[in-house]
Amino acid sequence: MSERFVVVGASLAGLRAVQAARKAGFSGPLTLVGGEEHLPYDRPPLSKEYLRAGEEGAADPTFRTEQELRGELDVDLRMGTWATALDPAAQVIGLSDGGELDYSAVVIATGARARTLPGTEELAGVHTLRNLDDAIAIRAALDAGARTVVVGAGFIGSEVASSARKRGLPVTVLEALPVPLVRSVGEQMGRACAALHLAHGTDLRCGVKVTGLTARDGRVTGVSLDDGSTVPADLVVVGTGVLPNTEWLAGSGIQLHERDRGILSDATLCTGPPGVYAAGDVTHFPNPLFDGLLMRLEHWTNAAEQGALAARNALNPAEAKPAAAVPYFWSDWYDSRIQFVGIPQAEEIRVVSEELGEEKFLALYRRGERLTGCISIDRPAQIMKYRRMIMQRKSWAEALEFTGL
Amino acid sequence: MRIVVDRDKCTGLGMCEAEAPDLFEVQDDGTLKVLNDCPGSADREAAESAVMACPTEALSLVED
Repeated sequence: MSERFVVVGASLAGLRAVQAARKAGFSGPLTLVGGEEHLPYDRPPLSKEYLRAGEEGAADPTFRTEQELRGELDVDLRMGTWATALDPAAQVIGLSDGGELDYSAVVIATGARARTLPGTEELAGVHTLRNLDDAIAIRAALDAGARTVVVGAGFIGSEVASSARKRGLPVTVLEALPVPLVRSVGEQMGRACAALHLAHGTDLRCGVKVTGLTARDGRVTGVSLDDGSTVPADLVVVGTGVLPNTEWLAGSGIQLHERDRGILSDATLCTGPPGVYAAGDVTHFPNPLFDGLLMRLEHWTNAAEQGALAARNALNPAEAKPAAAVPYFWSDWYDSRIQFVGIPQAEEIRVVSEELGEEKFLALYRRGERLTGCISIDRPAQIMKYRRMIMQRKSWAEALEFTGL
Repeated sequence: MRIVVDRDKCTGLGMCEAEAPDLFEVQDDGTLKVLNDCPGSADREAAESAVMACPTEALSLVED
């Protein structure tokens, strides 16, 4: 039987998986399959620093050089190649170049792709922001002074809006919901985020529905709304969520979530068949720290931690450990940093900063008698202290006492 | 072993504090305070985890 360890997907989770496999002592053949031509690179800067104006050009977000990956880690790199099929019985992965890879263990880290506006894929000036090539195109449009319209006031869209405003460009953000982010962080927090847009001159319009785009000579000229108006645009960035990349698993028997077709892993990130593990944005997993609540996270730290964990578990299933981290993400808007730890599904959200008469936003989330989440704006010293309290399963009463209430 | 912080890269995201609260603490202004920049062997694993967890690769360990 083959001894090969295959990692499918060459972003952060995939990179961490190959690094962890070597660190765990695996010395056999190790193959990293990545659909993009680029070596693994860091995505958070793509909507932030990468879009900043500057003579010197954008900093290269590549994580490791080819020499480090091929030479030091002895990884068989297959960039520009994507997996097309998985046969867990034969333990074989099909590739887009017609080749096949047999394996003894595999980590699936194919991530997710951005949702697009249907029918606009061929239009110049319309982008999603997920990949380096997207960021290169958006940066060029901002350099040209584009009137920017962002569809969706989520985190990615709001970061793009911030970057465009920092360049002094006119920016409109269109959001279908009455309050941005209401589903991910709650209504009061959503309002606090909306206030950041308004304070920096971004034209945030909530409760509007995009009905289509206007174009001339194959290039976008505006965004049409359901009230009959059109917002002029040279650049349209669509940030309306993602779809897990799992189509290639059709027929493999790997269980997918009925709602979003993300993989359904167990707490150790095993997908079911022996040796097949998953990590990062592509997979749901029951988090034991939150009573087995099923979650699929699109966070940097989650991809990093799960990539490494999935590799270690795949190499040593008898001693597999659960993925039991406290979720953490951050988002940089204008000159502010939003940080969230824990889970947003709550029975109660208390805006502690308001109760204490403090200017900088801080809210706590409760489930049962436990502290299960915390969100803050520009309070970097405190967020990890709340994260630790969530990890230690501290009670709601203890958390409130810690805040000074 | 000595902990070195690249201040140009560090943005105070706090993953180091999450991994090694005895070694790192983010301050109110977002700067990172290293509580003990020459940790003993008992803290080695935590220090290595902090280096690995840093989203901006701002931390390194130097053997003196």
